[in-house]
Amino acid sequence: MSVVGKDMPHDSAVGHVSGESIYIDDMPSAKNELLVDFVGSPVACGHIKSVDYSEALKIKGVVACYTYKDLPGINKFGPIIQDEVLLCEDHSSFIGEPIVVIAAETRKALAKAKKAVKLVVEELEPALSIDAAIKKQDFLDKTYRIARGDAERVLKEAKHKLEGTCIIGGQEHFYLESQAALVVPGEYDQLVVHSSTQHPSEIQQVLAKVLGLQQNQVVVVTKRMGGGFGGKESQATHPAGMAALVALKTKRPARIIYTKDDDMKFTGKRHPFQNNFQVAFDDNGRILALKAHLYADGGAAADLSTAVLGRAITHIDNAYYIEHADVVGQICKTNYPPTTAFRGFGGPQGVATIESIVQDIAAYLKKDPLDVRLANLYGTTERNTTHYGQLLKHNTLPQLFEEVVGSSDYRNRRKLVDKFNSESRTHLKGLALTPVKFGISFTNTMLNQANALVNIYLDGTIQVSTGATEMGQGVNTNIKMLVADEFSIDPKCVIVMTTSTEKNNNTSATAASSATDLNGSAAVNACQKIKRSMAEVAARHFDRVETGIGAFPDRIVFADGHIYDERRPHNKLKWQELVAMSYRERVSLGERGYYATQGIGFDWSKGQGSPFLYFTCGCCVAEVVIDRFTGQMKVERVDILMDIGKSINPGINRGQVVGGFVQGMGWVTNEELKYSDKGALLSYSPTTYKIPNIQDIPAALHCNFIDNPNNTVNVRGSKAVGEPPLLLGLAVWAAVKDALVYAGKGQVPKLNLPATGEEILMRLTELKKTTLAVKSKGKEPAKIS
Amino acid sequence: MAEKNREDSSDMQRRADKAGGVTRRSFLRHLGAAGIAAAALPGGANSKDMTSEEKTLDTVVPIAGAMPVTLVINKKKHALKVDPRTTLLDCIRENLAITGTKKGCDHGQCGACTVHVNGRRVNSCLTLAVMHDGDEITTIEGLGQPDNLHPLQSAFIDCDAYQCGYCTSGQLMSAAALLNEPCGHSVDDIREAMSGNICRCGAYPNIIAAIQQVRAKA
Repeated sequence: MSVVGKDMPHDSAVGHVSGESIYIDDMPSAKNELLVDFVGSPVACGHIKSVDYSEALKIKGVVACYTYKDLPGINKFGPIIQDEVLLCEDHSSFIGEPIVVIAAETRKALAKAKKAVKLVVEELEPALSIDAAIKKQDFLDKTYRIARGDAERVLKEAKHKLEGTCIIGGQEHFYLESQAALVVPGEYDQLVVHSSTQHPSEIQQVLAKVLGLQQNQVVVVTKRMGGGFGGKESQATHPAGMAALVALKTKRPARIIYTKDDDMKFTGKRHPFQNNFQVAFDDNGRILALKAHLYADGGAAADLSTAVLGRAITHIDNAYYIEHADVVGQICKTNYPPTTAFRGFGGPQGVATIESIVQDIAAYLKKDPLDVRLANLYGTTERNTTHYGQLLKHNTLPQLFEEVVGSSDYRNRRKLVDKFNSESRTHLKGLALTPVKFGISFTNTMLNQANALVNIYLDGTIQVSTGATEMGQGVNTNIKMLVADEFSIDPKCVIVMTTSTEKNNNTSATAASSATDLNGSAAVNACQKIKRSMAEVAARHFDRVETGIGAFPDRIVFADGHIYDERRPHNKLKWQELVAMSYRERVSLGERGYYATQGIGFDWSKGQGSPFLYFTCGCCVAEVVIDRFTGQMKVERVDILMDIGKSINPGINRGQVVGGFVQGMGWVTNEELKYSDKGALLSYSPTTYKIPNIQDIPAALHCNFIDNPNNTVNVRGSKAVGEPPLLLGLAVWAAVKDALVYAGKGQVPKLNLPATGEEILMRLTELKKTTLAVKSKGKEPAKIS
Repeated sequence: MAEKNREDSSDMQRRADKAGGVTRRSFLRHLGAAGIAAAALPGGANSKDMTSEEKTLDTVVPIAGAMPVTLVINKKKHALKVDPRTTLLDCIRENLAITGTKKGCDHGQCGACTVHVNGRRVNSCLTLAVMHDGDEITTIEGLGQPDNLHPLQSAFIDCDAYQCGYCTSGQLMSAAALLNEPCGHSVDDIREAMSGNICRCGAYPNIIAAIQQVRAKA
């Protein structure tokens, strides 16, 4: 009666469709509840000279205003480097950085109070671009480097060279449910914090620190999020912190719900990158050496940037063996909200860089980019070690390529695209296949641990609690299925409980695609402990009722809601009977499980190691059509093929793959963050910031999986699936770049990311104007941007 | 102050009654006046103890500027007094504590707040509660309940047509309206008709599949 591997609806399915699923703003308000909002910095970089909220306090319904001076604890925190403040002191470093927290009894009073706060802020010169930060040499954290071989020498000697800069834009998370927290004060300064967060433990730790509490005084509870995508990992600390300050000070429940506009304007996004590269290659397009300098826009504070940059550096190889590689990365400090985790976590920016380079090499050599990719693809027995020294085990990339090239009819369609582009005077088509090889595990090895609590009740039903948070990705459903399978009982008997730091301590963020891997494994571990004890009870029972078999717990089988000795399968106990029997025999029916990923590690000082337990791989073929006169682009067909091991829930995984692709497609096409010259986000609502809507979905969208039973290192042979498909969206961008090659007639075209209609039109116009600028011979590398 | 408010309130109500509803003058005149007051709700079954707006004030005292409106939500009559500036969305969520309808962008751009007004779909954040006196409003709670799901709700479950669930009630209300609209049979027709509801999780293909499943059976 195994349920793992079968489609089972999301565990919130009925709640979602009936409107019964509760999000934080749906929680009933208490009689004395306060509403919380804040006044933030009006400038991107400023010296705060005075703060006067006396007029605000006079407004009826306003209960309190607080500044950093009211924080009982230490106003300094950060997930990696402690460089962030909850409330500005004398300096502000991005527009909207909170300065004054306001608590009021009505929204009206709150709105009036916000206007009544008087700030005198001297505007200082902000750094509003990566270039500006480089000019000031203002970086967050140190320089990171991974190198193998002698890229410098090979570049000097190579016949073909290209150099250029990849300009990669950021991305707004646009979770539909904005940042939200509801804090209920208890006795002895204890707080219960309901937070829409992917990282309850971080919220707990930061709140304890800034409020001067012990961590055991703060309980953080997360039922679910209306989307997270990385944006509710470290970015959820500010809203929770401000509401907690109010609750602690006033002893009244306090609720903060960001408006969508404020959320977009004042919270961190995906890192924009600006990556300089030099690449050497042979006549077949095989990369001989790559030198790259990655500049990430970290915004005003370190946040998770170090880890994001690390993933960019470790993913710049994507699916390709690069013998001589020298990759350096730095995080630029600018005056934007601290850029943060976003599905893919630096991986997409690293992969975009190499995929752009591959397209350039193909354009330069006048080859089909697919052939350049195949010439560079990681092998199964050789050329299968990454630039940081990790061996690819069970590499499925060659198989994925072969199958998707066939199923998408790539070669034939290439001919059709050639023909179309030679005939059409109004439109251009482009075709591209891009792969993904995404390392699974937190690159910070310490984080790869989890605990779980499994409680069995006397009627045989089970509650499971883990540190995983549910944001729609289906982690609770996966864990429910894993637990049901361990005992071989109906999943209806299992409920995955609200995530709370009270039940699971020191948890890692629900991030890095690894929530099911880590928390699912911990839950399975807890179940196995209970099963061992229950098997002993069962063995003693069967020894009593069957003559002469002896009590052998190892022979006890849990199957289809029953328990029996495998030597006497006719004599069965019902699950509920064994539960009751175990209780009577005073055997614990609750256990805590623990899991720590084994065999991983990375040494940044050497830039070497095996940080990932395994890789999730996939390929995507995309075809686009572009209006030559307007730059308008449409994705016509997409073929996705992925290796996700043995899927725990194929339906949920398919949703993750398609949804991830769609989000990646949005990042590379229409999602453009536009700022004023003062550093204010201009595209802060869905009218100006264009996420994919239903009409942007390709008319033909095929999604399939290969069969791979070899990922035995992970729970039930599954593979993590949350982030990898996002990187497949890059196929759309590569297809646009492919189309531009046809328009450029031999030029290596430039294309920034995102490829908005405006960007495409600009490039088309440019290609018309310029003549061939690429030198095909000589030692000077050809400049492509 | 309380006395004065009471006068203002009754005065305004007289004017409004005379004009057969909201007059531009009465509407504007009371902008800036304090708060709303919810009258005692019939049965009070769905109500939070108090709304966020009324919390500060003594609920026994009617608040200046509040206007009476009767909304029939999911076939149940609610007689209310609301600040004329209250959107239908806030009225449903805050005043009546019926929370299945979600606030996304609050600017009519995301579709999360879609409800039906007299059978037609409306972005409830873009319309004022007082404009719907006597109107029949259906929210996700009225479309179907866990033990009595609308065919679309069942189809959404069959097709995994959601992930985080936050846009789902809006998607369902749009889809339910679509069933009664002159919408063509093709996938493109559905895309056009559903283009006002965005889903950041990217569950669109499954949403289309769910709608097609119901239309095929109809």
